Amino acid sequence: MKSLEELKAIRDKMQGAVTLRNESEAGTRIVVGMATCGIASGARPVLVALSDAVAEKKIEDVAVTQTGCIGLCQYEPIVEVLQPGKEKITYIKMTPEKALEVIDRHIIGGQVISEYTIGNVLK
Amino acid sequence: MMTEISLNVLDVAENSVRANASLIEISVGVDRGRDLLEITIKDNGCGMTEEQLEHVQDPFFTTRTTRKVGLGIPFYKEAAVSAGGEFRIESKVGEGTSVYASFQLSNIDRMPVGDIVSTIHTLVVYHEEIDFLYRYTFDGEETVMDTREFREVLGGISFKEKEVSDYIMEYLKEQKFSVDNGVNI
Repeated sequence: MKSLEELKAIRDKMQGAVTLRNESEAGTRIVVGMATCGIASGARPVLVALSDAVAEKKIEDVAVTQTGCIGLCQYEPIVEVLQPGKEKITYIKMTPEKALEVIDRHIIGGQVISEYTIGNVLK
Repeated sequence: MMTEISLNVLDVAENSVRANASLIEISVGVDRGRDLLEITIKDNGCGMTEEQLEHVQDPFFTTRTTRKVGLGIPFYKEAAVSAGGEFRIESKVGEGTSVYASFQLSNIDRMPVGDIVSTIHTLVVYHEEIDFLYRYTFDGEETVMDTREFREVLGGISFKEKEVSDYIMEYLKEQKFSVDNGVNI
């Protein structure tokens, strides 16, 4: 069984590390809608896929967070990407697979995947 | 409707988050002998007025301004009642809210509990400003997770750090397995 001793070891290891991520200072925020509409349409696996990918690919300066309903329930699961100095990008009808593409092509590659954005649907 | 009960738990617990709770207690109890699944979500948040409490089970009532329907509680109630269970919600302004749901395990209309470990993990990691007390009981065997214990050890280190987040996930999985031997209800 996992013990608190193990957690202490993790703490001791991490205290040696220089940088502790601070959410408010993070450059990029990836926000997942997690109200009833989002959860019912599959937001939880999307959230997990995003945060696992950010951790595994060791992407610096990116925070994955959640929010409530933004009133576009029919397009859930919705993922918003907010970057300083750039327009907010709203991805709709996300799946874990699409979310990983967003990480690779948009967050790492810097290219917005326009076919997944709300703008593409409303055109 | 949700596809599994654990998603209802996630959704309803998010209400506690928005009620500014500092402690959320979730207990999930499986009793195969009594053919019963009981789930309680209790918070010390702002609570509801009598009027809100009266309307909270009405799908066309919400305090949100982004849309006109509030389906979280009605979905959850429907899931319980249609599975031969009961649903109760108690609340007091300034004291908090408690949501109780029970389900008849053998009922054909009962949804699977689903990935309750992921629900608890998501709540704990994404709302680390809130303390969570999670109790899981299976045929009388009980296991408890208290995030205050984690915080005491970790000090200022975030639950979102990968090592910590992974630890919490494994901790929850091991705890669950220790009482139910991997039986999925």
